[in-house]
Amino acid sequence: MLRELSMLGAALRYLEETPIATAIREGDTLFPWVESVHVLALTVVIGSIGLVDLRLLGLRSGDRSVVETTAEALPITWTAFAIAVVTGGLLFSSNAVAYAHNVFFQAKMALIACAGLNMLGYHLLVGRSAPSWHTAAATPLRARLVGGVSLALWIAVAACGRWIGFTIDAPT
Amino acid sequence: MLRALDAFCTQLSSTPLSQAIQITDWVIPAVQTLHILAVAAVIAAILMVDLRFMGFIARNQSIAAVANRYLPTVWYALPVLLASGATLIIAEPARSLQNPVFWLKMCLLILAAGGTLLCQLPLRKHLGYWEESESRRRKARLIGFLSLPLWIAIVFAGRWIAYVQNT
Repeated sequence: MLRELSMLGAALRYLEETPIATAIREGDTLFPWVESVHVLALTVVIGSIGLVDLRLLGLRSGDRSVVETTAEALPITWTAFAIAVVTGGLLFSSNAVAYAHNVFFQAKMALIACAGLNMLGYHLLVGRSAPSWHTAAATPLRARLVGGVSLALWIAVAACGRWIGFTIDAPT
Repeated sequence: MLRALDAFCTQLSSTPLSQAIQITDWVIPAVQTLHILAVAAVIAAILMVDLRFMGFIARNQSIAAVANRYLPTVWYALPVLLASGATLIIAEPARSLQNPVFWLKMCLLILAAGGTLLCQLPLRKHLGYWEESESRRRKARLIGFLSLPLWIAIVFAGRWIAYVQNT
């Protein structure tokens, strides 16, 4: 276990020393530019998932089916998520050891994993039966549960993201 | 004028409300989180509407149907943004009021919100307004291409407030 931990530490330090991480850490404006793209991407992720979640909760767009709402929003969500992962990875690399040790960063990663599992659960367990209920404005309890859990998780992700900025040690 | 602004910021930051926010660690990140969530609602709604104006998504539905579905979200979120933004200003007046990027953001916001409203208003009386003729449809596409960068610039300016020095 100790060996694994020290290997992880070495990997994080190696990441910090890559030219791109160094450039982001030491440049005057690179970090805020990457961060701006990251914030934009995550607002699109959360906003577009939120549209689906509110539809699953039966709170909006009752005139459109769940399948239509999902088909319209999810390509946007995934595109923005990919951008958020890349920009987030760049920000992480610039100060990898400190981020990895930051409890809000750890929580954020765990929450995103939970949101992914929740989405997987929807596709495997709930979405299959969608043809029988997805056109009605009111949604079954299991769909509302998935929507509510997803919304709560993404709100927590945003909060953790913001808290990282207030608790992270400045790059040394 | 600048000195008056300086005095105003100093005075505002010494009010009990501002002091209370400053000494409570969690208020600023919590309000910023609320602000970002409201931004997420606006950006997602604007993205759907602008992509429809550009003709990239939901072509089987009218511009009016898409605009009427998503634009109310923008108008509901704006008061949340103004209230949370005002709270952040009260907490740290100089951070924004004496920051050129903040004023740039406000100008962009007025342009973007005003423009969005102007595009929405004709739909009230006439649902087919933006699809009536080829020239209107072309204009609608142009509006989509102009509107989206404007709203994106607002998000960018918001993040840059934290990095630009106060003047």
